[in-house]
Amino acid sequence: MAGSLFIHGKTGMGRRLGAGLVVGLLLAFILIPILALFFRISLAEFIASFSDPMVWNALVLSLVTASISTVTIILIGTPVAWINARHDYPGREIVDTLIDLPLVIPPAVAGLALLMTFGRTGLIGGFLYGFGISIAFTTLAVIMAQIFVSVPFYVRQARASFEQLDPVYEQAARSLGSTTAPTFFSIILPLVKSGLIAGAIMSFARALGEFGATIMFAGNFQGRTQTMPLAIYTAMQGDIDASITLSLVLILISFMVIALVKFQLRREVRC
Amino acid sequence: MLNVSVRRELRDFPLAADFSVGKGETLVLIGENGAGKSSLLLLLSGLLPPDSGHISLNGQLLYDSRARVDVPSEERDIGFVFQNYALFPHMTVFENVAFGLRRRKVPPAEIRSRVDENLALLSLQNLSSVRADRLSGGQRQRVALARALAIDPALLLLDEPVSALDALAQDRMRSELGSFVRKSRIPCIAVTHSFRDAASLGDRIGVMEEGRIIRSGTLSEIMAGRNDFLNRFFCGCRQEHCHQ
Repeated sequence: MAGSLFIHGKTGMGRRLGAGLVVGLLLAFILIPILALFFRISLAEFIASFSDPMVWNALVLSLVTASISTVTIILIGTPVAWINARHDYPGREIVDTLIDLPLVIPPAVAGLALLMTFGRTGLIGGFLYGFGISIAFTTLAVIMAQIFVSVPFYVRQARASFEQLDPVYEQAARSLGSTTAPTFFSIILPLVKSGLIAGAIMSFARALGEFGATIMFAGNFQGRTQTMPLAIYTAMQGDIDASITLSLVLILISFMVIALVKFQLRREVRC
Repeated sequence: MLNVSVRRELRDFPLAADFSVGKGETLVLIGENGAGKSSLLLLLSGLLPPDSGHISLNGQLLYDSRARVDVPSEERDIGFVFQNYALFPHMTVFENVAFGLRRRKVPPAEIRSRVDENLALLSLQNLSSVRADRLSGGQRQRVALARALAIDPALLLLDEPVSALDALAQDRMRSELGSFVRKSRIPCIAVTHSFRDAASLGDRIGVMEEGRIIRSGTLSEIMAGRNDFLNRFFCGCRQEHCHQ
């Protein structure tokens, strides 16, 4: 008996060591490159980089475009997620799959597809150009590229939140005389808001980090289409400090995003 | 007066119910789990559409498949207490009870007085500002009842109306519900698994089996023709052992 316990204990320690090694290796692989960025420049150099107009322009443009993208995604994605969560219609699964498509399409391909659609000679862009409207290589193109790649993050999370909500709340509201719109805004939205906020934060983060689709469809023009990831890439050719400063800003935002999403989802579970 | 004749194909069997409930009368539906009792309440409330038939309440047609009438649930004036209460967890007790009145655009002063009146009826005055998700099971059930009664319903549907209360509170609630239904002269249908609910709340008892009301009558009429299910329901024993 004692022998088997000893063997068991030895095996357990081996397992713990093995598990610790695997977890440690993965963490090191993720953390060491991130820490390398922090060690690369001093705080003074970090602050000084903000006086570089390229850094400042990219930061402002990224925050503004990602915010507009996220608001647009919320406005369009919420009803779509609601319809797909609560209503059965022919082709619903196909619609769901198509909405998820940007998750697996390489961003560069997404950018090229947007260019072929909204470029001056594109399917829709050619028609719009006839009226003097040009979308490609503008700030609007940045926003469209961000929406394209980040919309599934919100819709997936919103649909899951709506599906988890017991339909009895809607039934109770209806039996009390509430029609669809007031029920949605006064009962359903407050009950799923944590999930929706978590989805919106994920979308915002994806929009902020968008590179491939943006450079293909919107180009890389400082102050107009050069977002933070594009500015990092550009600065790499000359001013590495500016590149690292922007990277560190993106890392800090990413940390905040993960913390906020975890906090929001934990709140939803508690509700 | 509620007149019902509805058909609906459920997952396991067709639901087919024909019955009437008078003003101030309470029909208690009993039956095995999955007999279609709760589905019948959903059909009456308009939350589940029947396949065919008609429902009329106080002479007004709520549903008629031939005349293509289907009054939406939100316009039926039905007080519904759901089995899991369905209180809005993000709202206070007051806001829950006031919800139906606000949707009816009742003036704020009247909302305040009607909510207070219903909270007092169910001894909930002290919980008025408490969020619904902070309440105990019994408190939730009372709030759900107060919310259903506050809209002055034309029909009351109760799915296990007092199951979460302690024995003393159950007795009090049955008596209050009974007097409320009689005083307000509205029809009431209650689904229950409790013999005491059926005996003290029901003017009539309907026994449901696989979507049909196979027997209906007063307590003594039902007791006279018991089957195995009713023996178990009323005294918890099998027919061969039952001498009551």
